[in-house]
Formats: sequence, C-alpha cells, structure tokens
Amino acid sequence: MTTIESNPAVPVPVDPDHRRQSGPRRRPMRRHLPTALWIVGIAALTAVVLYPLLWMFSASFKPNAEFGSNQGLLPENPTFDNFVKVMQGIAGIPTWKFFLNSLILAVGAVIGTVISSSMAAYAFSRITFKGSKILFAAMIGTLLLPFHVLIIPQYIIFRNLGLIDTFWPLLAGKFLATEAFFVFLMVQFIRNLPRELDEAARIDGCGHGRIFLSITLPLIKPALITSSIFAFIWSWNDFLGPLLYLNSPDKYPLPLALNIFNDQTSTSDYGATIAISVLALLPVMLFFIIFQRFLVDGVATQGLKG
Amino acid sequence: MTTDSAHAPATPRTAASGARPADHRRTGTPRPRRRNRDTVAGYVFLSPWLLGFVGLTLGPMLASLYLAFTDYNLFTAPEWTGLENLTRMAGDERFWDSVRITLIYVLVGTPIKLAAALAVAMLLNYKARGTGFFRSAFYAPSLIGASVSIALVWRAMFSTEGPVDSTLNLFGINMGGWIGNPSLIMPMMILLAVWQFGAPMVIFLAGLKGVPAELYEAASVDGAKSWRKFISVTVPMLSPVIFFNLLLEMINAFQIFASAYIIGSGTGGPGGATNFYTVYLYTRAFANNQMGYASAMAWVLLLAVGVLAFILFRTSKSWVHYAGDSK
Repeated sequence: MTTIESNPAVPVPVDPDHRRQSGPRRRPMRRHLPTALWIVGIAALTAVVLYPLLWMFSASFKPNAEFGSNQGLLPENPTFDNFVKVMQGIAGIPTWKFFLNSLILAVGAVIGTVISSSMAAYAFSRITFKGSKILFAAMIGTLLLPFHVLIIPQYIIFRNLGLIDTFWPLLAGKFLATEAFFVFLMVQFIRNLPRELDEAARIDGCGHGRIFLSITLPLIKPALITSSIFAFIWSWNDFLGPLLYLNSPDKYPLPLALNIFNDQTSTSDYGATIAISVLALLPVMLFFIIFQRFLVDGVATQGLKG
Repeated sequence: MTTDSAHAPATPRTAASGARPADHRRTGTPRPRRRNRDTVAGYVFLSPWLLGFVGLTLGPMLASLYLAFTDYNLFTAPEWTGLENLTRMAGDERFWDSVRITLIYVLVGTPIKLAAALAVAMLLNYKARGTGFFRSAFYAPSLIGASVSIALVWRAMFSTEGPVDSTLNLFGINMGGWIGNPSLIMPMMILLAVWQFGAPMVIFLAGLKGVPAELYEAASVDGAKSWRKFISVTVPMLSPVIFFNLLLEMINAFQIFASAYIIGSGTGGPGGATNFYTVYLYTRAFANNQMGYASAMAWVLLLAVGVLAFILFRTSKSWVHYAGDSK
C-alpha cells in the first residue's frame, strides 16, 4: 500500500533507462523508490498468481517417481508418458469422446446463448411495450438468484420429459436465455448505440425484425463475442449440470471424466491426473489468450454499470 | 411494415432528440397501431427468455417452495408434511456443520478476496500504461478457478508430496499434508477463493479509473498522506463498486460446489470438512432421494442470501456514496 502515493492519473515512464535519464530533472528523487518497489511487487505477485498454472503445466511432464522427490518446478526427466496414458481412455471410453461431448455442449451453449440473449436484450432496450419494466426487473433479479433453488424442480421437469441422460437439459436453458448475465451485458451495449440508425431504418420502412438483424446485431458484435467466449468457457467448465443429468460414461463431458479419474486413481497417479487436467484446461487457456481483452473488458463494464 | 413509413413524416425528429418509440405523445400524433405492433414485437423477441423465465426459473422456484413442505422421494407422489422438514433441519447436526463451514467460507473468504482485489487494483492503477498484461494474467484464475481441473491441481499441490508443503518445509514448517487434515481444508479452500481475486479486481480497476484526479490533488494540497487519501477519497468514491463486488462475491461464495465436491471426493470428507451447504444439499437430494428436505434447504439458502442482500442494501445507505449525492 505504501507504493500508492502519487496521483494515479499521472503517467510514470515504465522503461527503466528512460527513467534514469529524464527522471531526476523532471521528478523529485523519491519517485524512484516507489517505481522500483512497484516493479518488484508486481513481479512477485505475478509469480505467485501464475505459479499454480506453471506448476500444473510442468508437473504434467514429470514421471510419477518425481512427485515427492523432485521439489523443483521443472521435471528432471521430462516425459510424455502421462499424456499417453491419459489419451488411452478412462473407464473404457476413449478420451477424445469426452472432448467431443464437451465440444458439442459448449458449441450448443454458444449458439443458444447468442440467439436467445440478443433477442431478449433487443426487446428490453429498443422496444417499448407493456410490462417491459417489470420483466426487466425480474431479469435483473435472477442475476442474484442462487441456482440451487432451481435444480430439484428442473430435474423433476426434465425427468418427466424423459430427457435424463441426454444433452437437452444442459442446452435448454441456453436457448431460453436463462443466464441473465448475457442479456444484461447486451442490454448495456445496445443502450449505448445511437438510436438514429434505428429511426432512419424505421423511416425507410424496416420493422423490428429487420432493424435487429441488419443494424443491431452487426453493431453489438463485441458483446456477442464476449458472450460467446463466456458461454463456451462456462459450459466447458460446468460440473454440476452434467453431474445431475448424465449417467452414461460415454456421454460424459470432460469435468465428469476428470471426476471418475479422481475416484479411480487420485492417490497414486498424480502425473496422469495433472496431465488430463492440463488437457481439459488447454482450450480454455487458448481462448483466454486470444480473446483476453474481450473477456476482461466485459467484466469491467458489467461492474461499472451494474 | 410499410404503414410505418406513412406515419414517419408526421414526426420529424432532430438528430439529437434520442427519439423513443413513444414519441408520438409529444408530437400529438396518435399512433395506436404502432404501439400495438411494438407490444407484439416486444413479446415475440422476448419469447425465448419469457419461456425460460416461467418454465425454468419462476415455476421451479414456486415448485421447490411447495416441495419444501413435503416428503418427496421422486418415485411416489409428494406427501404434505408441513414444517417437518424445518424441524428435522433444526436437529440435523450435519446441516448445522454445513451452515458453519459455509458461513466461515463466505464471511472470512470474501473480505480477504476483496481486500486482495482492491490492493492489486490500486497497485495496477498506480501506473497509467503497460498494465494490460498483468490485468489479464491476474484475471485468468477467475475464469478457470471453479473448474474440476483446478480442484484436482489444488489437491495435488496441497498433498503431502505437493509443492506447498515442500516449500513450507524449507522454512522449517511441517504441515503434514493439507488434504487429509480437516482443520487445514478451510484455509486451503479460502486460498483457492482468494487466488481468484481477478474478477473483482478488474471491476475495482475500472472504478478507480473513474475517480477524478482533482480529488487527489485537492487532498494533497490539504496535506493528506497516502493512507488519508485512501480513506477519504478512494473508499468513498469507490463505495458503489465495493458494494457491488461484496454483494456479488458473497452470493457466489454461498454457492461454491465443484471445488468442494472434488476436493472432498464427493463425500464431504475429510471429517466433513468439505461438507459445504450445496454439497450437503446435493447429497440429500440426489444421493438420498430426499427431494423435500433438499428443497427446504434450498429455500433456507435463498432466504439467507435474501436477508444478507437486504442487510447490505440497508446499511449501504450509510456508506455507499453515489456521484451527485449531497453527502
């Protein structure tokens, strides 16, 4: 906390050489200390925060014998054995099948979320109709609703529909915009668009359908991308939903496959456990690295206007 | 659709009017047709959400309220038992254990997580440029922290052979493995939560960027030191964001499930230390088929979260300052 002493809005040169040359003339001497401390502090913090991920990645290449004996971060005898073992399958089911199941669920979630949430967001932000205010308030209310209040009746509904052990219970909510976060994100985005374009299109004879498809959707592309990535990652990581609805191992997505793996081998086979964890996280990490700005900005706007 | 253009010339609009569909009231041209069409269009666009809201949210909420007063095992019809589920809950030791564990996790873990988030946000805000990498790097754990993969990694890291214990050994501290020790599970779970400080940090950072620099300058002129500036400028200016984060993070913390389930291998172990509220609810509902009891637990959770939100909103009047307030 002691490092925060200057006005946060004043840009401080980051480049150390630049600082050394121009610093003393422009800034008081004591400025150097906070900047140096800042760099040390942020570097230490980055190391601590990223350590579990680095450890996970490097441990997946460690032979089992090195767990417990090799305390270093890097494996002494790096090996692909853990990955080879894991790719052979879990409980008699080839590992690619779990990836395929996860992929089907995640792609379905993205398609459903984008269609249903953008439609709802358009209605809430661009159409004036009776009851829209109270329904919008209800939508915001569901943001704070604990999911566990719904799981038992939802389970009973899907059981009566004969949909247990299918993907439908996991996808239905996505196509019905039940995740208010996405609707809210898009509403915020649409509200910031100029209305003049809508009005011009209306004067040209466009109805809401045309305005939505030809004007609103193309303009909210950033919000659609953010929502798609979140929908994909949340579906990919979801554990409770598949745990409730899927019984046959050949329909399991990765989180459930990891769970059987955990039951079977957790105490003895660290290498394989970590290797499959790495494989399961890899797509999410890739998405994150490519689209980080969309994700982080999405979270930031949600907080600012919420 | 074409009738719309016929009406359009009747309401000339300036570019800056930000015209809303209800405008015709101002211009005095009655346009009931357009209004009706808007209502139809509104409900057409809203139909997927509305179906989900009624069928998957509101309906199930009411159904679980009904089930909370019944004995229901999924195979025979629900049997009305009045308040029996609640009285059984009051005498259920495992229930109270799960309440205690969850409350500790929420009331200790969330403030630590938010303090870390605010501290790091201020650290990043100290620099105006070049912090994008750190912002993203610190956010990454929030995205994956609740996954099964990370729960498994956490288990391995805190096991007897894991890197946490071996690092502590270097300093002469011997914890003897965190996983098997019921009293070390909670610190481990809270560390996992604090590790995910990135999401609230990003929100704090956005809030900090909105604090006018003049306020800090004015405080400096008045001779305020950094701590004083933090208390008198940063905290009040940031209070809406602090409130938002506190509410959201607490509600999320109540619902922790996957990490606790995986770390406890689905049994709530060791010694009931991972028997979080939602894990116990899940066990009652889907392992013991006690849907009535579990529904009652779900509604107790909903009421607890509601009471907490209510208290936060009530007290917020005294500490949350919105721009434009006289205070």
